[in-house]
Amino acid sequence: MRMGYTPLGQGLVRLFEPVMHVSPGKSVSRLLRAAGVTGRNAVIAIPLLWLLLFFLIPFVIVLKISFAEYATAIPPYTDLIQWGDDALMSIKLNFGNYLYLVEDDLYVAAYLNSARIALVSTVMCLLIGYPMAYAIARSSPANRNILLMLVILPFWTSFLLRVYAWMGILKNNGVINNLLMGLGIIDEPIVMMQTDFAVYLGIIYSYLPFMILPLYANLEKLDVNLLEAAADLGCKPFKAFLLITLPLSLPGIIAGSMLVFIPAVGEFVIPSLLGGPDTLMIGRVLWDEFFNNRDWPVASAVAIAMLVFLVIPIMLFQHYQNRQAQT
Amino acid sequence: MADSTTGRPPAASNEPGQAREPWNDPEAVPYIQLENLSKRFGNFTAVDNISLDIYKSELFCLLGGSGCGKSTLLRMLAGFEAASEGRILLDGVDMADIPPYERPVNMMFQSYALFPHMTVQGNIAFGLKQEGMPRPEIDRRVSDMLELVKLGDYAKRKPHQLSGGQRQRVALARALVKRPKLLLLDEPLGALDKKLRENTQFELMTLQEELDITFVVVTHDQEEAMTLSSRIGVMDQGRIVQVGSPNEIYEHPSSRLVANFIGSVNLFEGNVVEDEADHVRIQSAEAGCMLYIDHGVNQIVEGSRVSVAVRPEKIKISRDSPEQEDNVTRGVIEEVAYMGSLSIYRIRLSSGVMVQATQPNLDRDTRQFTWEDEVYLSWNPYSALVLTT
Repeated sequence: MRMGYTPLGQGLVRLFEPVMHVSPGKSVSRLLRAAGVTGRNAVIAIPLLWLLLFFLIPFVIVLKISFAEYATAIPPYTDLIQWGDDALMSIKLNFGNYLYLVEDDLYVAAYLNSARIALVSTVMCLLIGYPMAYAIARSSPANRNILLMLVILPFWTSFLLRVYAWMGILKNNGVINNLLMGLGIIDEPIVMMQTDFAVYLGIIYSYLPFMILPLYANLEKLDVNLLEAAADLGCKPFKAFLLITLPLSLPGIIAGSMLVFIPAVGEFVIPSLLGGPDTLMIGRVLWDEFFNNRDWPVASAVAIAMLVFLVIPIMLFQHYQNRQAQT
Repeated sequence: MADSTTGRPPAASNEPGQAREPWNDPEAVPYIQLENLSKRFGNFTAVDNISLDIYKSELFCLLGGSGCGKSTLLRMLAGFEAASEGRILLDGVDMADIPPYERPVNMMFQSYALFPHMTVQGNIAFGLKQEGMPRPEIDRRVSDMLELVKLGDYAKRKPHQLSGGQRQRVALARALVKRPKLLLLDEPLGALDKKLRENTQFELMTLQEELDITFVVVTHDQEEAMTLSSRIGVMDQGRIVQVGSPNEIYEHPSSRLVANFIGSVNLFEGNVVEDEADHVRIQSAEAGCMLYIDHGVNQIVEGSRVSVAVRPEKIKISRDSPEQEDNVTRGVIEEVAYMGSLSIYRIRLSSGVMVQATQPNLDRDTRQFTWEDEVYLSWNPYSALVLTT
């Protein structure tokens, strides 16, 4: 149709026509779109809002408390922002809490010990979890689901209950000692509770699924043809594993190790229930600072320092990993 | 279709025929011998009692539809599948107890199976490193190989940074660099587009001749098999139904199955009315005429039903009745497909049977025949073939 022949009135009618025929739902979406709200934005906004509300704001609060001073009050710390007589706002930051962490050997030792326990547990989880993940990935599809189910099954029982169950197994008159003494293998019970051994056992047991699942997801995708190609080119099976499977499963190894290492560093329940008084971990120190000493500012500083020491190296590492993956 | 018929040039005139065709030389010793080879997976027989000789420097194609057992046979040669029965001899050595990583055999995988975390160079060097070859020697062999497959500038790239054709050449280079006694290729050109495939076909043939390595190629593409191979083994349901040069397979198929699988063919059913040493006459209601073929059919009872195969390009279309009594029939053109170099006609005979015939377009701008034309179809006594199975 040639526009030149359209009378003005008819053109105006046409202009309003689309608006008059749309459904209410459509007009709402049109209004929203005009306000910059599209489905795409909404999808991103929901998790963003969640993180803001339940991660960033609590983090800022903890950060704020870490710069406050201890006070005999409710809540037990001073306010950072103070209003002077002449209505001037002043912010008072107290770095004393952080200084205190460095000065007192307890905190440095607790950080190092936590990192060590988490590292050893992660390596152990990897050594145990890798063969398991590999076996699951290579099993027949029918068995695979059953095996994966078995890996996930412990999650159906509360984490706390499972740690308590270990107490029942490990304690002096627990399952293991009673069995060994009943069989006459030992005369005196082996002390396992309240040792580092029990802590390692608890952490490895509890976090093993977090190692297996990402490793499985990675190994399951591995093209079997690659291993055949390696064999075809004269590479023996174990060497092919080292040269092909292992490097290609590196993303899975990293993901699994992160999932074990990060929560293990801050672990509180396992060292308190299974560990002894000398099992020094940062999670317990934090608890003591918070609930026994009621020193919220120092406790917050401990938490922030842990985050900085833990998160920043990991973020740098991942950034480096991503860069490497792109090239 | 016409392309397929050309195939490989016949044995070069300056060479004795038998040097190029060792399978016709009773003295020649086969390089690879398959003896009563079978492979079963549970109740399913993937490879069924295959015996086959392949000679040195051959480019042998295993051709068949999906599930015919050709890939299983190839995997058995590579050592990924153990034989249920029978044995494989390579250069006189029984391969049964030799694992894939010790066989002097390399394979180019259909998916190429390039190592994604290694560069092109790393991929090609991988096999040589496994042999413990000294570094300078590896570097030299790898760069020679990169030169050969024209990938010199891509040595430092990772596989995902290459095009499909380049990946194919890396896979080929990786398999060739170890100079295997036998190179296995699983659908080597399957993932390439048509134009690239044609070029690569010739490159592959040149390479094979230059390096003088025995190739066994698995393909489902009959055109690919025709162009590449010295001989083709047509497979069906785990068995080899016919072995022969592309020309033999095309012009002398042993059964309807082979005739149908390779190229197009018109099959007329009919009854044998006369079977002599030098000719046979077949009365065919389908063809609507007497079929006269200049070769006798041995061991056949007169009156029994046989098929007569006529390739589309061997049928002549004419408006006037040709001057011959046998092998002439009439029909109406129903479909015309103009292909440039030739035209394909589909003609309905008075018996209702559809016949396909191709005619080269020898002159420009001449539409010789068109829809609804009533035409005569004829062919020579030596153009048709009697198939009893």
